[in-house]
Amino acid sequence: MSFGNVVGALVPLNTLGRYVHWHFIQISVANLIVIALMVLTFVVALVAPFPGRRRRRENR
Amino acid sequence: MSDVERQWTTRLRRRAVAALPPDKLLPDTQPSYVASWIYVFGVTTMSALAVVIASGCLLALRGPQWWHTSSVGHFVNSLHLWSVEIFFFAMVVHLWGKYFMAAWRGGRSLTWVTGVVTFLTSVGAAFTGYVSQTNFDSQWISTQAKDGINATGAGAYFNVLNTGQMLMWHIVLLPLAAVLLTAIHVLLVRVKGVVPPFDERAGAPAVTNHDANDANDTNDEKVVDA
Amino acid sequence: MRRRVESTRFRPDVDAPAWRGGHVPYDIIKEGTIAFVVVALLTVALAVLFGSPDEYPLSIKSWSTYHPVDFANTAVKELDGTSASALYGAPYNTASPGQKLGPFTLARWVGVRIPVHSARDFVLGPLASLPGEPVLKGDLTQYERATPATRQRWLRAYSAAPISFSNGALRDGATQAGPVPTIISSLTQMARSGALDQGLITQSGFYTTNYTLPLLFLADGSYLSSVATHQHLAGDQWGMMNETGNYPGQAWLWLYTFWYQIPPLNTSPNADVLVWAIMMVLTVLLALVPFLPFVRSLPRRTKVYRLIWREHYRNVQSIEQ
Repeated sequence: MSFGNVVGALVPLNTLGRYVHWHFIQISVANLIVIALMVLTFVVALVAPFPGRRRRRENR
Repeated sequence: MSDVERQWTTRLRRRAVAALPPDKLLPDTQPSYVASWIYVFGVTTMSALAVVIASGCLLALRGPQWWHTSSVGHFVNSLHLWSVEIFFFAMVVHLWGKYFMAAWRGGRSLTWVTGVVTFLTSVGAAFTGYVSQTNFDSQWISTQAKDGINATGAGAYFNVLNTGQMLMWHIVLLPLAAVLLTAIHVLLVRVKGVVPPFDERAGAPAVTNHDANDANDTNDEKVVDA
Repeated sequence: MRRRVESTRFRPDVDAPAWRGGHVPYDIIKEGTIAFVVVALLTVALAVLFGSPDEYPLSIKSWSTYHPVDFANTAVKELDGTSASALYGAPYNTASPGQKLGPFTLARWVGVRIPVHSARDFVLGPLASLPGEPVLKGDLTQYERATPATRQRWLRAYSAAPISFSNGALRDGATQAGPVPTIISSLTQMARSGALDQGLITQSGFYTTNYTLPLLFLADGSYLSSVATHQHLAGDQWGMMNETGNYPGQAWLWLYTFWYQIPPLNTSPNADVLVWAIMMVLTVLLALVPFLPFVRSLPRRTKVYRLIWREHYRNVQSIEQ
């Protein structure tokens, strides 16, 4: 019952939302994925090697 | 002092150039410790803000209800939504990164504070966008949010059920504030430079610098390894 | 360059060591351009893949068409002053002192700035604007001239009998309800025609962008909240951070909506103002992290920074050896 045209959406997400219930916590699967990706991105940004800086030396 | 030197314009320019000389405003080198992917999330946040504003401008061309009836309009709305999601995503990772660097050290606390205020302003900008959508979402979010805002007394002036008022806040006042705050935040980063790493050597450092102008210090001190 | 070198003790969580090391080439414009292009492409990809949600707005017309009895019951509450908006307090009226933050009633202090009189604004005013309708006009006059006690007697009599809806009209078994049956059934017919949607927004003239009245009326019924609860958007479902369908919502509001889920806030009549106050305090604390003794030392103690600057520390180590 979407009111705009969903032309262009290959995987339209306007089906009834899926939710995770854990004790008093309720979170949509979509939000959970976003938050998990945020944490994952943060960790990868910390540990992934940064390119092009291997041979640098600092003058002290 | 000559007449020219006394002029407001001259004095303002001198102060501006002293605080932010061109090579600090648009640096071509940076301290060698800046070597991690975590540093890209500030510029990612600003890029997402640019896409948010650009897609918002496209939505503005045909008015607030266009996207309900046009598939092109709906696609532009999708761009607007996803750029906002990327914007907050990148901003939160940026905040985590800056926290774990203790990036406020060396006289940079105002940079941290302006960042937090920009985050809050962005939350307000997103919220007013949600209530300006003129669909079921905006009906539900506005009728729920009114209780929270009314309880503080602010609802008497900031009426979330007044769609026109919310749209004005969303497309004029809050974007203006967010862009201005971002500009101040970035200029502070340029003035103060990127925070140096913690010094782990035994004993206190020889120089205790509270002003921290070193990170992007004058060119004559720089040693560049290409 | 102005540099203030102080002899006071070095505070590792406040002061930064002076950088005496090297610099490397850095193309800030190129970095910005690449970031913009990457973000723009990612945005386009996500928009093409997933689109965006856009659920039809409800209307007074759809509410009264699909749920005429709920609409009629809500209209009765507006008339007798027992609906949520009629009992709201500031900024709409003085029916309630509003929420309290300790001894402070913030909303009441600001006062009634958006006056809403539920019987007049939602029921009697829109009906009086209908042209013709001599029977209805007579009933409205009778209602408005009656004493409050008489009105209450009529409303009690009307509410005592259950309302039903069949063959396109409201049915009620009420006797001695005076003009109330005509008023409620006329309002229901007006709503079902769509005229009430217009009647509620055009009170300030031809042009309007203010939907305060129809939204308040809609929220007083149970239709809006039942649709929202079905979509998992209610306040006690962490709804503030949710979105219709399977789209991500305002996940950044997780902490704001969290407080509404736990005791005593999940049952407190002052939850809204209390949660707001908690969030204000936490926000100020977040802004003041550089000045908070324990919190500002956690980055140094957790040593996450060693990952970020690992190359720098490797270099320092190799130089020292």
